[in-house]
Amino acid sequence: MMIKTGGQIVCDALIREGVEVVFGLPGGAILPLYSTLGSYPELRHVLVRHEEGASLAADGYARASGNVGVCMATSGPGATNLITGLATAMMDSAPVVAITGQVGRAAIGSDAFQETDITGATLPVTKHNYLVMDTRDLAATIKEAFHIARSGRPGPVLIDIPRDVQAGEIEFDEAEWDKPVSLRGYNPPTVAEESEVATAAALINEAERPVILAGHGVIISRAYDELRELAENAQIPVVTTMLGISAFPEDHVLSTGFPGMHGMAYASLALDQADLIVNIGGRFDDRITGDTKRFAPNAKKIHIDIDPAELGKNIKVEAPVMGDVRHVLGQLNPQVNKTTHTKWIQHVEQLKADHPSLKIRETDELLGQHVVKAVSDATKGDALVVSGVGQHQMWAAQHYQFKNANSWFSSGGAGTMGYEVPAAMGAQLAHPDKEVWTFAGDGGIQMTLSEFATIAENNLPVKIAILNNNMLGMITQWQDMVFDKNFYANTYTGNPDFVKLADAYGIKALRVTNQDEMEGAIRAARAHDGPFIIDFMIYADENVFPMIPSGQSVAQLIEENL
Amino acid sequence: MVEIMANGLARRTLVALVENKPGVLARIASLFRRRGINIASLAVGASEQQDLSRMTFVAEGDPSTVGHIAKHLDKLIEVVDVSDISDQNVVWRELAMVRVKATPDSRPRVIQLANIFRVSIVDVGAEAVTMEITGDTEKIDSMITLMQEFGVEQVMRTGRVAMLRSALSQGGEDGAYSEQQISNIVARAGLDSGSV
Repeated sequence: MMIKTGGQIVCDALIREGVEVVFGLPGGAILPLYSTLGSYPELRHVLVRHEEGASLAADGYARASGNVGVCMATSGPGATNLITGLATAMMDSAPVVAITGQVGRAAIGSDAFQETDITGATLPVTKHNYLVMDTRDLAATIKEAFHIARSGRPGPVLIDIPRDVQAGEIEFDEAEWDKPVSLRGYNPPTVAEESEVATAAALINEAERPVILAGHGVIISRAYDELRELAENAQIPVVTTMLGISAFPEDHVLSTGFPGMHGMAYASLALDQADLIVNIGGRFDDRITGDTKRFAPNAKKIHIDIDPAELGKNIKVEAPVMGDVRHVLGQLNPQVNKTTHTKWIQHVEQLKADHPSLKIRETDELLGQHVVKAVSDATKGDALVVSGVGQHQMWAAQHYQFKNANSWFSSGGAGTMGYEVPAAMGAQLAHPDKEVWTFAGDGGIQMTLSEFATIAENNLPVKIAILNNNMLGMITQWQDMVFDKNFYANTYTGNPDFVKLADAYGIKALRVTNQDEMEGAIRAARAHDGPFIIDFMIYADENVFPMIPSGQSVAQLIEENL
Repeated sequence: MVEIMANGLARRTLVALVENKPGVLARIASLFRRRGINIASLAVGASEQQDLSRMTFVAEGDPSTVGHIAKHLDKLIEVVDVSDISDQNVVWRELAMVRVKATPDSRPRVIQLANIFRVSIVDVGAEAVTMEITGDTEKIDSMITLMQEFGVEQVMRTGRVAMLRSALSQGGEDGAYSEQQISNIVARAGLDSGSV
């Protein structure tokens, strides 16, 4: 037995959970923990400039590494600033643990300085959360929190610790670490019921026009090989969801893009014309289905998901299969017949030929699509790619050709603008040796560009491509196409000079205004051993196509006039 | 039984076994609110297992959403077990206390009606009597309607508590009771058929 403070127990617990990096910003109520953190060199603390940067960086770190991302903040505004990152992680199933300081126990409920009921405030955006009222409960709580964050369908867990619980000293028994986590109400499934697998296999074996819809779950459970085996064995075209991008190599002949609102026309059409959709770890999001009543009306649906609440939530499915994607595919693959589907594959190839969604229109203007394609070509599809939210996100998802598994990080469910910079920081820290590119909009980047300082301070070699049209591009597109050209609050006339701004942070930067300068700038950024910002001044009057307007179906598919 | 109400919303009955910890009710309430489901009634109490409470909800909402709520509830870490028993053979009760105006003139009629409904009078005052009614929602509703003639001063209802029937062998193959079986049981137990 030895005497330990709450802060020491927290740090010991983090190390035991394999944590290497913590994103945080101190404040009064978490100072007892921070006073300990410095004596744990195994834990690299990255000091962010705004707590939203911490939670989004933890999310990016978690997705890129597959390990739990950790962020810390103080009580009150520090904790509430984390919320957007937690909501982002919740929607996209990223394992994140957030540790917040809280006012002392005696002050809880008294509206004390910087007191916010953060466990109450984060109820809907966390998988679970805790208020730890006794230093003796810390070790078990942190162990439980990491277990919940990373198992089953991953998600964010918040641990709120009053400052006197952090400072409290207790006789600590090291045997405490060995106690297993036991949660009566939490038993996430792994393998699926054999009968469910057999039903799914039978549907696949009798299908004539099957399509695989591979979601984020394939990436989370690292089922790349199993997915490929299924696709190749039964010759099934693979459509990914936007978050499923990089679950399947895009240079593979069966790769059929991503569908939905701004997905490739041929992907949406393949789903629409299929007689069977095998949804693997996706959730039939409204950006894919549009009007659920008109979504793939002639297809039977198999839905493989670890979360029972997703099965049948948005779309009626003939064969729900509950289990971890990798385990389920391991059970399913031996039961699937080797076949060719030659006619159907030829038909899908024809769809690709008839609907060249990735063809960029002929123009001398500098388009966002050109930039993404140039970065894709320069990096040979090998980079880790992050994006913000908006037009540039769709162009990045469309035109970057991803070769490697788990190389695309974007806020799909929450649609969090400002994700691009902090998440790229997290991805770079997870993979210090890999090339990280982040595509940003001039709107979103201004939401979290305080983290330029963090990037500069840590000399993180992130390459930031701002697709700058001096406006909220997607807002403009919607006002143009859906709101009768009623443009309002869509243009940014007061944008800073991003090159000068980068210079102020000590970050190298270039501005690109035409196609000719593009490749040179990308080469310069790649050659520079450190962060680099390129301000691409793109043609502003450009909409993202294809487009299926919200709540519609493929019947309303709009393709660009090439 | 899934009740479809006049406004098209569905009503379902759920029973959950939950950890008896602070904040559990807030988690559950937050989930219902987030999914756009109204809690029409809620009854909470200790269960037969230590540290676990049992809750009965009557949930009201869009039929497809409310049909899915048990799965969402089951995802809460502190919810150990939950079942949507709407389609199952259950016995359920609600308790209400109703204070009815009763002057010396009207009191005999109030008490007479109470006796017909097998309702106990638990308090008698100079101007009012308080009665305790146990039964299903309809029985309590009709009792309250009847009493309006005298003047209903206050109503306090517990919400529904429900339990699966164990005596399935008494029911048909699907566990449901036939009309004949129900009337037999009613006669045997001397119950008002509205309370079965």
